Amino acid sequence: MSTTTVAHHDDHAEHPTGIMRWLTTTNHKDIGTMYLTFSLIMFFVGGAMILGIRAELFKPGLQLMNPEFFNQLIGVHALIMIFAALMPAATGFANWMIPLQIGAPDMALPRLNNWGFWLLPPSAILLTLPFTLALFGIGDGALATGWTFYPPLSVQGGIGVDFAIFAVHLLGISSVLGSINVIVTVFNMRAPGMTLMKMPMFVWGWLITAFLLIATIPVLAGAVTMLLTDRHFGTHFFDAAGGGDPIMFQHLFWFFGHPEVYILLLPVWGFIPQILETFSRKPMYGYKAQVYSLWAIGALAVVVWAHHFFTAGMPVPALLYFMYSTMAISLPLAVLFFCWIKTMWRGSMSFETPMLFAVGWIILFGIGGLTGLVLADVAADAQYHNSYFVVAHFHYTLFAGGIMGIMAGTYYWLPKMTGHMYSEKLGKLHFWLTAISFNMTFIPQFFLGLAGMPRRIPDYALQFAEFNMISSIAAFTLGLSQLLFVYNIVSCARGGKKATDKVWDGAQGLEWTLPSPPPYHSFTEQPVIK
Amino acid sequence: MVCGVYVFNMALIEEPKVERPENLTAKEQLDLKNKKLVRKLLWLVVGSLLFAFALVPLYDVLCSLTGLNGKTQNSAALLTKAKVDNSRWVNVQFTSSVMPGLGWNFYPKQTSIRLHPGQIETVLFVAKNITNEVVVGQAVPSITPGIAAANLKKIECFCFVRQSLKPGEEKEMPLRFFVSPELPKDVSDMTLSYSFFPAVSESK
Repeated sequence: MSTTTVAHHDDHAEHPTGIMRWLTTTNHKDIGTMYLTFSLIMFFVGGAMILGIRAELFKPGLQLMNPEFFNQLIGVHALIMIFAALMPAATGFANWMIPLQIGAPDMALPRLNNWGFWLLPPSAILLTLPFTLALFGIGDGALATGWTFYPPLSVQGGIGVDFAIFAVHLLGISSVLGSINVIVTVFNMRAPGMTLMKMPMFVWGWLITAFLLIATIPVLAGAVTMLLTDRHFGTHFFDAAGGGDPIMFQHLFWFFGHPEVYILLLPVWGFIPQILETFSRKPMYGYKAQVYSLWAIGALAVVVWAHHFFTAGMPVPALLYFMYSTMAISLPLAVLFFCWIKTMWRGSMSFETPMLFAVGWIILFGIGGLTGLVLADVAADAQYHNSYFVVAHFHYTLFAGGIMGIMAGTYYWLPKMTGHMYSEKLGKLHFWLTAISFNMTFIPQFFLGLAGMPRRIPDYALQFAEFNMISSIAAFTLGLSQLLFVYNIVSCARGGKKATDKVWDGAQGLEWTLPSPPPYHSFTEQPVIK
Repeated sequence: MVCGVYVFNMALIEEPKVERPENLTAKEQLDLKNKKLVRKLLWLVVGSLLFAFALVPLYDVLCSLTGLNGKTQNSAALLTKAKVDNSRWVNVQFTSSVMPGLGWNFYPKQTSIRLHPGQIETVLFVAKNITNEVVVGQAVPSITPGIAAANLKKIECFCFVRQSLKPGEEKEMPLRFFVSPELPKDVSDMTLSYSFFPAVSESK
């Protein structure tokens, strides 16, 4: 045991130092920090891949890469952004903030927590290793099927598919462990007096996410396992010659894949209202309505999957069912939007960086939601399916709705986590650069899609050249402005103006009752909520 | 640092009163409670994994019931004395494809046929092995529109069994079928597609 760490006995802050601290830690704050750091690194890895794609699409024709490599970048970009950047970021905040928000000393299963995190780096390596192996002439590179693994291509593909399947297994185990931990913590470790309907919204969002993960990740694990046995062990789940059906894979995949969207978004829907109430300086509007809406969306999420492949062929009654049920999701979502806006209504609002991100998020995520409604229409989808319209739509939901939400949360809680204020000036600059270049990247893609440009193709017809050029330039601006984000976080972690305990003067909730940064062990005596 | 522990409606008071069995500390009690919940949640994980695999047979049942994805009964239909419905015509088109790994040429001898529902017809498909080894293939049918899939009744088909071709051998393969008179009124055209796959050996 190190001798330098016994300054305050009350803090119980003794722990190994150096690398061993991070390898062996069971502390929820340490693990949360590792999740968030890992997520930030992978955000840049996935971002670099897509900048390669945008560079290739800068001009029509093939300039930089062959189509196989282009396909590999597309698929791995998506897997990394979803599984290694967005999900770990949400889990990182869950680790940091759920115990603080419900007044628990730590997560319920600290060792499992440590294991859950350390499964992530190996799976990130598994995903990207085939790129390196191909350089040495082993295999033909990474997964080239897109992140959806559709057979028969994925059954015929090279070793990249196997690597990706095992990576998905590890990531799945990690997510399921994390979810079990969240549910047990929330059910068993709340401070006395904190009833379920008094929980902060972020905890609610995560609780529903955790249940969705437990229900759907095993289905994905099952589907990719069938793929693996189809590839190597002579089964024919998806092989028509043996009586299987490739379309069945699409059903299995999207049974997981659609709830996955809400898995990524529900934690964000949790903390955005908290940010809004903080900077509007009035309690959030419609707490109960929001909780019920979250549950409604969670329930609807598992019964609408087939809208991802309307064009694969389905009887008309099935098409109609999946269309109407998908559109029904917009009802609870509209309730949420109403509550978010009403929370700000006549509040004494101020626009610090987290609030800028939160308000921008409402508008941009709104665009993502509304364009989703267009795609849910069976008749319209026949035209838009697999076009750039879809790409623009899901980047409005997942980049604006997911990542910009996570950025709002980062700026919101960073002073609490580090004990220092970040640079407000750089934060605001980061917001405006991100918001503007994001729109400049994806608005042209809506029109490209409407004009008929298909996704996942490295070359395109000449009439799409100008919009692709705009989109590529904006994408590089978007990518480079994220360096500001990193600089701001790192300099905030290293020092800066001391943050007060409450940080924001409208902040509500137990985490703001602790010092900034919170001691290594907090709430060893649970507070009582009246 | 004990300041700032009060916020709005939340306040810190002394030790919370919890009822606990005599011989267990609060910590042990919590551990026990956690373990119980973890066990329940693990069952949920196992349940959804089983659900994923249960979807495979369920999907097949659903498809053959509804003709989803143009799946047809891949066995001979009973030759019922279906009445020929002379009042309407159906146009049945034939397409073919050969999957990667099978060195065959394969095509229908006639691309379409016009017939009355209930009328039994025979059409021929031609397959030729262009490799110099014996190759076994299996044809897999698909019908569009899916809603009509169940109405195409095969009496005899080369797709019921594997087909083996010697090097360079060419074979004419018959399909004997009729369209059931129960064919939905609004369907006047159907496409029957055969994909020839390399057959998977039984031993696997």
